[in-house]
Amino acid sequence: MPVTDVQKDLDALMMTITAEFDASAERLWQIWSDPRQLERWWGPPSHPATVTDHDLSPGGRVAYYMTSPEGQQYHGWWKVEEVEPPTRLRFEDGFADDQGNPNPELPTSVATVTLSESDGRTTMAIESRFSSREQMEQTIEMGAEQGMKEALGQIDALLAS
Amino acid sequence: MVVDAKAAEERQTDLLFKALGDPTRRDILGRARDGELSVSALARLYPVSLAAVQKHVATLERAGLVTKQRRGRETVVHAETEALHRARAALDRLESAWRGRIDRIDKILDQPENGDQQCL
Repeated sequence: MPVTDVQKDLDALMMTITAEFDASAERLWQIWSDPRQLERWWGPPSHPATVTDHDLSPGGRVAYYMTSPEGQQYHGWWKVEEVEPPTRLRFEDGFADDQGNPNPELPTSVATVTLSESDGRTTMAIESRFSSREQMEQTIEMGAEQGMKEALGQIDALLAS
Repeated sequence: MVVDAKAAEERQTDLLFKALGDPTRRDILGRARDGELSVSALARLYPVSLAAVQKHVATLERAGLVTKQRRGRETVVHAETEALHRARAALDRLESAWRGRIDRIDKILDQPENGDQQCL
């Protein structure tokens, strides 16, 4: 496992995961900057990603969709905020409608990627932060397992009884 | 991977239901929410051993509902608020997603560079 550290800040709604790879920073930058490589890891194996737009410059846009085993497509986008090859990338990450247009009603998060190379190995830190508490709540509603949603919804009720 | 994230979440849900499925644990959690309490003070409230109360607290802790803190010779129990609990659940899911991505990146890096086109 290349993951070396995970930090969570429950107040800032932020998670930082750090991993070390046996590769140069240039090589790791490619997995972000080459859309064909990006689509091999962005989506889970059950929902592979297809990248349709890929402009990794400040203000640029990346558009993709993930395809479910049933053939349903889930569209997403990045709005690129900062790019400093091969050490830093910052982007907002959100959902889109079936046509790929950003859906402002769905939650977004901001990811900051930093790469630092030392002795031929590269440490990649990814900081991911929900834009607001409402957005975090929405993320739970959208993606969490039914069981988890029920459990979370029952804690207060159980304690009140 | 989504499968890992799902399995981790199911495990966490099981822990949550298990923790909340016992009246003594619900009572401990309810009291801890009203204000912090030491484990020994809790033990005096129930007709069970200190060890049994410690076990209840550990079960609540594994489910992420309370945290323990040592203060001198006492162990103090804090309830995690609903908001904090939800934040933790959301951040745990984010962690699972990124762990899956990092594993896949590692596998891609292990392959020869010009093999990038062929191995999907």
